[in-house]
Amino acid sequence: MRSLAARLVLSPTALITLVCFYGCAVWTAYISLTRSSFFPNYEFSGIAQYTRLFSTERWNVAYANMFIFGVLLVAGALALGIILALMIDRNVRGEGFFRTIMLYPLAMSFIVTGLAWQWVLSPSIGVQHFVRDLGFPDFTFDWVARQDRAIYTLVFAGVWHQAGLIMAIMLAGLRGVDRDIWKATRIEGIPVWRVYLGIVLPMLRPLVVTCVVLLSVAVVKSYDLVVAMTGGGPGFASDLPGKFVVEFSFERANIGQASAAAVVMLGSIFAALAPYFYIEMRRKAT
Amino acid sequence: MSVGRIGLYIFLAGAALFFAIPLLIVVMTSLKPMDEIRAGSIFAWPMAPGFAAWVKAWSSACTGLACNGIQVGFWNSFQILIPSVVLSVSAGAINGYALAQWKPPGANMLLTALMLGAFIPYQVILYPMVKIMSNVGLYNSLPGIVAIHIIFGLPVMTLIFRNFYAGLPDELLKAARVDGAGFWRIFWEIMLPISVNILVVAVILQVTGIWNDYLLGLIFAGREYAPMTVQLNLIVNSQMGEQEHNVNMAATLLTALPPLLVYVASGRYFVRGITAGAVKG
Repeated sequence: MRSLAARLVLSPTALITLVCFYGCAVWTAYISLTRSSFFPNYEFSGIAQYTRLFSTERWNVAYANMFIFGVLLVAGALALGIILALMIDRNVRGEGFFRTIMLYPLAMSFIVTGLAWQWVLSPSIGVQHFVRDLGFPDFTFDWVARQDRAIYTLVFAGVWHQAGLIMAIMLAGLRGVDRDIWKATRIEGIPVWRVYLGIVLPMLRPLVVTCVVLLSVAVVKSYDLVVAMTGGGPGFASDLPGKFVVEFSFERANIGQASAAAVVMLGSIFAALAPYFYIEMRRKAT
Repeated sequence: MSVGRIGLYIFLAGAALFFAIPLLIVVMTSLKPMDEIRAGSIFAWPMAPGFAAWVKAWSSACTGLACNGIQVGFWNSFQILIPSVVLSVSAGAINGYALAQWKPPGANMLLTALMLGAFIPYQVILYPMVKIMSNVGLYNSLPGIVAIHIIFGLPVMTLIFRNFYAGLPDELLKAARVDGAGFWRIFWEIMLPISVNILVVAVILQVTGIWNDYLLGLIFAGREYAPMTVQLNLIVNSQMGEQEHNVNMAATLLTALPPLLVYVASGRYFVRGITAGAVKG
């Protein structure tokens, strides 16, 4: 009886979690195994939706884009975030200023981020126009409008948005390192960069894994950035799975294909979380 | 100062510029008249700054057929934001307290279920949720989008408060119960007064998250209550003829301003909220 009130309070949450998260996910997974197209049709059809999905060019572009965007974003944000954290950790003057300016993108929505970068990179008013006006009339930087390059421009905006988060997480880790390590290495005369590379960063490996997982999950979920920045274009050259699912659910109304694509997204999330579970399990084992 | 130190400051200054540029060009361009933008560059300082584009963006920019400015979206977002934040933070606080301090049977299972639920992409549950919402008559309505924000906020909010209350000593609850206090009295009189910091973190996280949401607003709010982000994207990406860059950028800035002000005002709390929301336990 002691926790009756607690149980009562938690039961709506338990019900919502069960129905809205797991029930709906199972529902979507079930639709993906049926003949549904415009309307849900609960006639079982095996993996037909998936074979059709992976023979659709637009989906294959979107799915491949997720990996291009993902690898470059994770590498870029991680590298920039860690370098910035290391630099700020060297007792720089104006730390507050640098932190403020590196973290404000996190307060911006992906819509605002995407629009702002669309203008920065726009051939007609952005960087290309600016450099040409400086006296280089042949300078060309039109990636945002090019079929084979548009996906890379999303990486600039993504790194801009996420690098501050990585910096903040890594800086907190660096500040938590035992001061005695620094004292001892200074007495030994080991150069600072070797202490970072050889001792401090390996100590922070779990934090780095956390950052990689966070960024990967964000990549799989990406949607509004591409909507605002390129609209998935030119054509569908910079499409991503998140946008594919929304469009096929609500605009093109093919619920069978949308559900199959959504299930592939869910599988990708589990793959992105795998390193995290692996570390957790190893930690519990030891 | 050594060569290394100088290099370090040069790199940091370059990085600061990289982070500042998108905001700078949006601010500068929003203050320029259109002929200055046509003649010059978005990277140039405004020669004759003025707020004409801001006024137009606020009160008469067009989204499709209606030309009532981005203020429509602002008030929609505001109406969505207030009840969503109040209710989702309250739900998170009470859930977290019940889970961490009272540890009812199944608490760990619910916690794991919530944690995994936080990782499910919206796209996976969007279509069934639309069906459920239209069955209960809440699809495309203000209460509907508020309910959606509360539901999707449950995992992160509950986990943040759970972690906070799990860090408190058990003696607090034991002593209060010896004194005869019950579930609610302990929450109001003992737990809430010491939760101010974590409440601020949770409110900041939800205010920025809900204000910046696009997908949920697009799908669940309907035309009448389309939030500011949805309206902004309509204004900018569905414009016919010559792009009015100054008006578009003013509208963008107006949409970005509320979370930006929250960020400036809250400083370290914001960082704590973002990392707590991101790391999830």
